[in-house]
Amino acid sequence: MASGEIIETIGTTDKTNGGVSRRGFIKGAIASGAAVSSSAYVFREQIGVLAQSPALGAVERLITLNVNGQSRRVDVAKQETLVMTLRYKLGLTGTKIGCDRAECGSCTVLIDGLPHYACSVLTHNVRGRAIQTIEGLERPDGTLHPVQQAVVDEQGFQCAFCMSGFIMSATALLEENPNPTRTQAAEALSGNLCRCADYNKILDSVMRAAEYTRGA
Amino acid sequence: MPDYKLIGKNYSTSDLVAKVTGRAKYAEDFRAEGMLFTKLLSSPMPHARVRSLNTRAAERIPGVEAILTADQLLSVEAPNEAALTNEPLYEGEPIAAVAAVDELTAAEAVERIQVELEPLPFSLDPLDSLRPNGPNARSDGNTVVDGEVKTIKWTETDFAELAQGRLPMGEVPQEWSYGDLDAGFAEAELVLDETAFNQSLSHQPLETRTCMAYWQNGKVYVHPSVQSTARSVGRIARYAGVSPDDVVLINEYTGGGFGSKGSGYPQIPIPVLLSKMTGKPVMMRVTRREENFIGRARPGIQARAKIGFRRDGRITAMDLFVVQDGGPYGASGDYLTAARIASLAYQPLAMRARGISIYTNTPPRGAQRAPGGVQGITVLSPVMDSAARQLGIDRAEILKVNAPKGQASYRERNGDESHVTSAFVREAIDKGMEIFNWRERQARSGQRRGSKVTGTGVALSSYSAGSTGMDGLIVLKPDGKLYIHTGIGNLGTESVWDTSRAAAEALDMPWEKTEVVWGNTSRHLPWSASQGGSQTTHAHTRSNWAAGLDAKRKLQEVAARDLGEDPDAYEVANERVYRRSNPSQGMSFAQAAERAIELGGRYDGHELPEDINGMTVKSATALAGLGLMGVARDNFEVGGRSMSHVVGFAEVEVDIETGKIKVLDFAACADCGTILHPRNLGGQILGGVIQGIGIALSQKWVFDRRWGLLVAKKFYSNRPPGILDLPHHEPMKWAAVDIPDPFSPIGARGIGEPPVGAGSGAILCAIADALGGSYFNRSPVSADMILTELERLPAAHDLLMTHV
Repeated sequence: MASGEIIETIGTTDKTNGGVSRRGFIKGAIASGAAVSSSAYVFREQIGVLAQSPALGAVERLITLNVNGQSRRVDVAKQETLVMTLRYKLGLTGTKIGCDRAECGSCTVLIDGLPHYACSVLTHNVRGRAIQTIEGLERPDGTLHPVQQAVVDEQGFQCAFCMSGFIMSATALLEENPNPTRTQAAEALSGNLCRCADYNKILDSVMRAAEYTRGA
Repeated sequence: MPDYKLIGKNYSTSDLVAKVTGRAKYAEDFRAEGMLFTKLLSSPMPHARVRSLNTRAAERIPGVEAILTADQLLSVEAPNEAALTNEPLYEGEPIAAVAAVDELTAAEAVERIQVELEPLPFSLDPLDSLRPNGPNARSDGNTVVDGEVKTIKWTETDFAELAQGRLPMGEVPQEWSYGDLDAGFAEAELVLDETAFNQSLSHQPLETRTCMAYWQNGKVYVHPSVQSTARSVGRIARYAGVSPDDVVLINEYTGGGFGSKGSGYPQIPIPVLLSKMTGKPVMMRVTRREENFIGRARPGIQARAKIGFRRDGRITAMDLFVVQDGGPYGASGDYLTAARIASLAYQPLAMRARGISIYTNTPPRGAQRAPGGVQGITVLSPVMDSAARQLGIDRAEILKVNAPKGQASYRERNGDESHVTSAFVREAIDKGMEIFNWRERQARSGQRRGSKVTGTGVALSSYSAGSTGMDGLIVLKPDGKLYIHTGIGNLGTESVWDTSRAAAEALDMPWEKTEVVWGNTSRHLPWSASQGGSQTTHAHTRSNWAAGLDAKRKLQEVAARDLGEDPDAYEVANERVYRRSNPSQGMSFAQAAERAIELGGRYDGHELPEDINGMTVKSATALAGLGLMGVARDNFEVGGRSMSHVVGFAEVEVDIETGKIKVLDFAACADCGTILHPRNLGGQILGGVIQGIGIALSQKWVFDRRWGLLVAKKFYSNRPPGILDLPHHEPMKWAAVDIPDPFSPIGARGIGEPPVGAGSGAILCAIADALGGSYFNRSPVSADMILTELERLPAAHDLLMTHV
C-alpha cells in the first residue's frame, strides 16, 4: 500500500474501516516502514500506562512534513516538539538540544526561511511548511553552503555543539541581507549561545560567508 | 625559529566538515537497536536521608525494565561521590534511575517511586558552617584535611572581624610561607588589606553529560561526553567492574567541558550498570536542568589579601587567606592553587598562604578552566590596580614590575619551591599595551558622555600549560599516508589536530597525506595526557615530535640498508627518503613502508621501546605489520614547569543612571611559546577571556536561603555572555609573543587556562576605573551594585555573602 494513502486521523476509539482498525492500520504502516519511526524515546509506544486509557481528544498522528525539500511521513504525538521529531523520528541529529527551553538556540532550524527554536515549536504546527535543517544545506554533489564553507575556512567554532543553530541563523540572515555589517550579523545571531565563546571567529565566518554569498 | 611548513600556519581541522554538515555525532546522537532510556529520581532537598525507597509500583509499569538504586552500586569512600546516594548532599543529586522503553515511561516510573526523605541541616555558605554552632553540610564534618573529613569551627572572637567588613581568619589546616613577611610589610611604602569575594560558577557546557552504553561479549561500549579519551578508560572500567581492555570508548566529539568532563563523571555508571542489568543499550540523556545540578562548578572563594608594595610597585610581602566554598564532595584544592598562581604572577618577595575548604550543600565542585588561578587573579587584580593608583604608577607597569621573568620560581600548592621553563611576560605586556593602545586609551578614563562613563583596566593571568612524558604513535603505511594516533580528546580546542601536525612536520609530510585517528579506543590509541589543564599542546607536540623523529630515523635506516652508506647520509623530505649527495637515489614513503613491513622487528612495530605505557604497547601491537611505525615516549629535557600567561586590556562604559556595564573593547596578548595554529590560538585566548567576562559581569547562583534550593538554574538567570554582550563592531584583538619555549622541541605551551582570569580581572579593574577608583571586591558586578555605590546607599547584601 502506498504511504500516500495512509489515513490521517485517529479517533478517540478504534473504528473499523473495511475490517481494519485505523490504529491497527497505522501500527502496521509504521512497522512495515512505510512511515519513519525509528526510536521510541519520549514518544510512548502503546505499551506504557496510557496504552490502557483512551487517547485524549482526536489527534492526527501520521502527518507529512516538508524537511529539506523532501516529503517525510512521520508518526507524531500531539505534544511532540519539532526538535524531537527531527532528531528521534527522522534521524536528523545535526540539530542539537542544548537547553530544550528556548534559551540557547542550539536547535535553531528554518521554517519558511525564518529561524525558529525547534525545541519550542510543536511539530503539528509546521505541517505544510518548509523546514530546513543543517543537513539540508549541503548540495547533493557535496558542495558546501557558503556559510558552511566560510566556517571551515575561518576555523569557526570550537566544540561546535551550538554550530548548527548558528549556521541556520546566519543562513537566514544572508538570505535577507547578503551585505551585513558585523554588528548586524551579531544582532542576527544574538538568539544563539556559544559557551566556548568563540564569537569572534563566528563573526569572522559570517562576514566571510557574506563575501562568498555576494560572489556566488 | 626554524622554517616550519605546518607549525604556525593556519589550516582547517579535518573534523570541521563533519561538524558543519551535522554529521558529527555527539553522545546523544548515537542509537542502538532496542535502546532503553533513563530518567533520574533526584533529591528535592539540599541535604536529606532516604528513610525508605519503594520501587514496586514503578516496576509494575509496562515498559519499565530496571531500576537502579544506591544500594546496588559499589560503595564509595567519603568524601567521594557516587552515581546515586541514600544521603543526598545537594538539591538535584540522583537517588535512583529507571530504565524503560521510552523516556516518558521512565519519567512516569520515577514519579511512582515512593521515597521518604528525612530533611537534614544544610549549609550554603562556608562562613555559616565555620560559626561556633553553624550547620555542617555533611553528617561527617564540614572540611577535609589530608583526605579525611573533619569538623572545624571558629570562635565568636574570630568572627568579630566580620562585623568590620573583613574576612575572619580562624584556624585553618593549610599554611605555607617563604621569606620574611614582617620585614616585607615594614619595608613597604603602601600596605593594603582587602577582603574580597569571588562567586561559584557552573561550567554549563552546551552539551550536557549525556551517556549511552551497551554490552557485547563481555565488553562494554560507552558513548559518553568526556574531555579525555585515553584517560577516561580506567575510570569507566572501574565503574563497570571490568578490565580496561574490555572498555570500548567512542567519543569523537564533545560539546564543551571546561574541566567538568575531564576523565569521566560520577553518573557514567548509571547507563553502564542499567545496560548490564537489562542486557540492552541504555541512553541517559541529561537535561539542562539536571546538568545545572550534577554538571560541576568552580568553587567560589572568600579571601583576604594583605599586600605590601614598594614605591615602584614591587610587592615586598603578600599574606593571602582563602576560604573556599567546596561543595558537598571531594577535596578541591583551588584555594591553594589561588596562592600558587599568585606566587607566580606577582612574584612576591615574601609570602604566606593560608586556607580552608568548607563543604556546602550546593552542586559539586570540579576543575574549571584555570582552577584556583581564576579565583586568585579575579580577587587580586583589583588590589594590584588599586595599589598602582595609590602609588601613582601606571596600572600595566605595576604588573610588569612584578612579572615573572626567565626561569622564575614560584610555590606549588604545598609551598614547595618550583620554577618555570621560561617566561616572557614583560614582552607580552608590552605587546598588549601596543595593540590596545593602552597609553592613549587611559586618557579616556573617567570621561563622561551623557550618563556614560568610560573606564580601562588591565590584568595579568598565569597558569599551568602542559605536562611531559606521554607517548606518540604513528604509522606510515604502504598507501603513502601517515596515520597519526592520539588518545587526547576533542572537546573543541582542536588540539587533536594541532598537536598531530608535529609528527607530520618532523617527517616533512604534506598535511593532506595524513589521517588523524582519535576518539575511539578500538582504533588503537596511545597513552595520552588528560584533555584538560592546558596539557595537550605541550605534552603532545612533544610526543608526536618524538614519534616523528623515531619514524624519520627508521626511514633513514631502511634506506641505508637497501641503498648503502650510513643512515645519516639520508634526507627525509617530499615524501621520500633519499641520499643527500644524490637525491635520485632513494625510495618513496610508500616503498619504505612496504620495506619496513618486510623487515619487521622495530621497523613495523613488532619490537617496541621498553619505556612506553602499557596502553601504547597494546595499541602498537595491534598496529604492528601495517607499515613503518614511529613510536616513542617523550623523553625530551624537562627544564621546569610549563606555564603560560595572558595579559588582558579592557575598556568599559558604565551608565551611571541605569548601572548598565558595556564592554567596549578588549585586547589580549599571550606568552605561550611557539604559535601552533594562529586561528585556534585566537579562539582559545578570546573564548577564555569572554568566559572571564561572564565571571565579572553576569554569572552566579542564587539560592533560596530558607530551603536551600537553587533559583538561578537557567541560562537566562545564570547567564554566560552572549554575542551582544561583547564588542562586535570590529574584531576583538589578540596577539602572542611567539617566543619558543627553550625547553621543548617546537616550543609550544598550552593556552586554555590563563585567558579566563585576564578577562575577569581586566573588566573588574575597568569598572573601578570608570567609577574613579571604587572597587567592589566582589564578582559579578551587577547594576544594583553600581547604583547603590553611586548613591552611597548601603549594599543590598554583605560583601562576603554567597549565592545572592
